[in-house]
Amino acid sequence: MSEDLVIEAKGLTKTYGQTTAVDHISFAVGRGEIFGLLGPNGAGKTTTILMILGLTDISAGEISVLGFDPAREPLSVKRRVGYLPDTVGFYDQLTAADNLRYTARLIGFKFIEREKRIAAALDRVGLAEFAEKRVGTFSRGMRQRLGLAEILMKGAQVAILDEPTSGLDPHATAELLGIIRAFKAEGVSVLLSSHLLERVQSVCDRVALFSSGRIALIGSVADLGRQILGGGFVVDIEADGAGLADRLALIPGVSGVETIGIGKLRLHADRDVRPEAAAEVVAMHGRLKYLGVQEPSLEAIYTRYFESRPDETMHEGARHAA
Amino acid sequence: MQREGSAFQGLGVVTLKELSDHLTSTRMRVLEWLVVLVALAALYGAIQQIKDTTAEDPFLFLRLFTTSRDPLPSFVSFLSFLVPLMAIGLGFDAVNGEHNRRTLSRILAQPIYRDALLFGKFLAGLVTLSISLISLWLIVIGLGLLLIGIPPGGEEIARSFVFLLVTIVYAGVWLALALLFSIVFRSAATAALVTLGIWLFFTFIWPVLAGAVAQIIVPPDPRYMALGLQTPGTAIAEQVLARFSPSTLYAEIVVALLDPTTRALGPIYLSQLQGAVLGAPLPLGASVLIAWPQIVGMVATAILLFVIGYVIFQRQEVRA
Repeated sequence: MSEDLVIEAKGLTKTYGQTTAVDHISFAVGRGEIFGLLGPNGAGKTTTILMILGLTDISAGEISVLGFDPAREPLSVKRRVGYLPDTVGFYDQLTAADNLRYTARLIGFKFIEREKRIAAALDRVGLAEFAEKRVGTFSRGMRQRLGLAEILMKGAQVAILDEPTSGLDPHATAELLGIIRAFKAEGVSVLLSSHLLERVQSVCDRVALFSSGRIALIGSVADLGRQILGGGFVVDIEADGAGLADRLALIPGVSGVETIGIGKLRLHADRDVRPEAAAEVVAMHGRLKYLGVQEPSLEAIYTRYFESRPDETMHEGARHAA
Repeated sequence: MQREGSAFQGLGVVTLKELSDHLTSTRMRVLEWLVVLVALAALYGAIQQIKDTTAEDPFLFLRLFTTSRDPLPSFVSFLSFLVPLMAIGLGFDAVNGEHNRRTLSRILAQPIYRDALLFGKFLAGLVTLSISLISLWLIVIGLGLLLIGIPPGGEEIARSFVFLLVTIVYAGVWLALALLFSIVFRSAATAALVTLGIWLFFTFIWPVLAGAVAQIIVPPDPRYMALGLQTPGTAIAEQVLARFSPSTLYAEIVVALLDPTTRALGPIYLSQLQGAVLGAPLPLGASVLIAWPQIVGMVATAILLFVIGYVIFQRQEVRA
C-alpha cells in the first residue's frame, strides 16, 4: 500500500442472498483528501461505508484502512476512524457532554484528557454553550454537529460521514460543510456520501458516482466534466459594443459564439478564454458587465453519463430484478 | 479467523452506563415501588397469620416467605410473578432501543466488539435486579426481626440466602428472554408483548396444558382410576412436561429450600420412603441437592437464551 493512501478498496463486493448491493468496486482515498461517494439512495454507498468500518462482512474483494484489514483488525480501524451515521442518534436523556463522555470512555481516554478533548471538540463545532443541555432538545443540525464533535474528540485520521447534510436547512448545511473543510485543513481524510450532488460538489476533491452497486465514474469534478461533457469551456459574457461577437469569435480556441440575450453572449471554447475576451471588450472601448466561466455541474455530468448509456442502465435494472 | 484484542473491551463502560440508565429511569422506580409495596403487603399478611397460629415451628422465619393469609398470596408467590415482570421490563427494549434511537451504529463504530455491548446490557440488567432483590431480602429479614421478635437461626439465614440467589437466577432467565426478543424484533412494543405472552404461557397456561398433554402421551390406567389414584406413568409425564417451564422449576426449588421437610419433588413410591422419618427437617445441603437439577436447569436456560440472542446479534446488520 502506498504511503499516502488511507483507504484502498479492490474489487469490494457485498451480496445479500441473490441481490448484489455492492459489485466489485475499487477506489482509493489519499491523505487529507475529501472523497465523495455520490449516487441515488440504494446505490450501495452506506453498505460500502459499513464494510470500511468492519461493521458488515465483506463478500469478496479486499479493503485496507490505514494499513489495517477491517474484518480482521476492526478495533485498530475503529480507533482511528470516526463515523457519522446517516441520521445520527444520541441518548436523548443525557447531555451533549455526557454523550461524548460515554464514547470517550469506550475509546479509553482517561479523565483529564477526556474532559479536555470534549471541551475542545464542542467548542470547535459551536456547541460549547449547549454542553450541559440534554440532546433531546437539540435540532437536527445540532445533532449532526455533535456527531462531528465526536469525530474531532476521537482525534480520527479518517472521518466517514454518511449523508451529513440530508435534512438540513441551507444555513446548517453551510456550517457543516465549513467544519468538513476544516477537517481537510488538519490533514484528516474525509469520505462522505450523499445523494445531493450540488451540495457536496463544492467540498469534494474527488468523487465516485455510484449506480446500482457499481462505481460509474471516478475523478475530480473538473476532470469528469471534461471527460463526459465533451471538454468544452463555456464562458458567458455581458457587454455592449457593436460587432463584439465577430471579434470574440476570432480568439484562438473559441469554437462558437451564440447570442443568448441583449448584449449577452456565450462562448464555447477548448480552454478558459476569459482574459482574452476581457481584453477584446476593453480594446473596443466596450463596457464589460459580466464575465464568467460555467463550472461543470455534477448533476449535468451524472445525467449526461446515464443518458449516453441507456443499454447499460437497462441491463443493470434487469440484473437486479433477477 | 482470529479477531484482534479482547471481546470484553469496553464491557465495564457499557455496564456502568446501562446500570446508571436503569437506576435513574422512571420505569425502574415504578417497578421498585410495585415490588416493595406488594412484598410488604404479603409480609404483613404472613406475620399476622404466624402470630395467630403457631409459635413452635422450628423454622418460623422461613414461614415469613411461604405463609399466606387470604386474600393475599404468600411473599414467594408474589415474587414468582413480579420478578419476571421486572426482568422483562428492564430488558425488552435493550437492543431495539439502540436501533430505534439510531445510536447502535455510532456506538459500534467505537473500538469495542458487539460482545461487550450485549454482555454489558445483560450484566447491567442482572445487577439492577440483584440490587432490588437484595434490598427486598434485607427488608423481609429486618421486618421479620422487628415484628416476630425471634432472631433467625444460621440455617434459616443460609436457606433464605440460597433462595435469594435462586431468585436472581430466575430473574436472569426472563432477562435473557427479553434481551433475545429485543434483538429479534425491531419494535420494542412487539418485543415486550411477545415476551409477556411467553411468560404468561409458561406460568399460567403450560402447567394446565402439561396435565392434558401427559394424558395423551400416557393414557391413565383404568385400574388406578378405579381406585381414585393417579397413574404413575401419567404423573411422571406430566411433571416432565411441566418442568419445561422456568416457573415450575422455580416453584420446585422454592419448596425444597424454604420447607426443610421436603424430601422429594414429584411422585415417589411408598417403598422409597421406607425408613424415612416423615416430617423431620433435612440439612441445607440435602435440600439443595434435591433441587440441584432444577437449579442447573434454570442456569442452563438463562445461558442458552443468552447464547441464542448473542448469535443472532452477531449476524445482524447494524443499519436501520
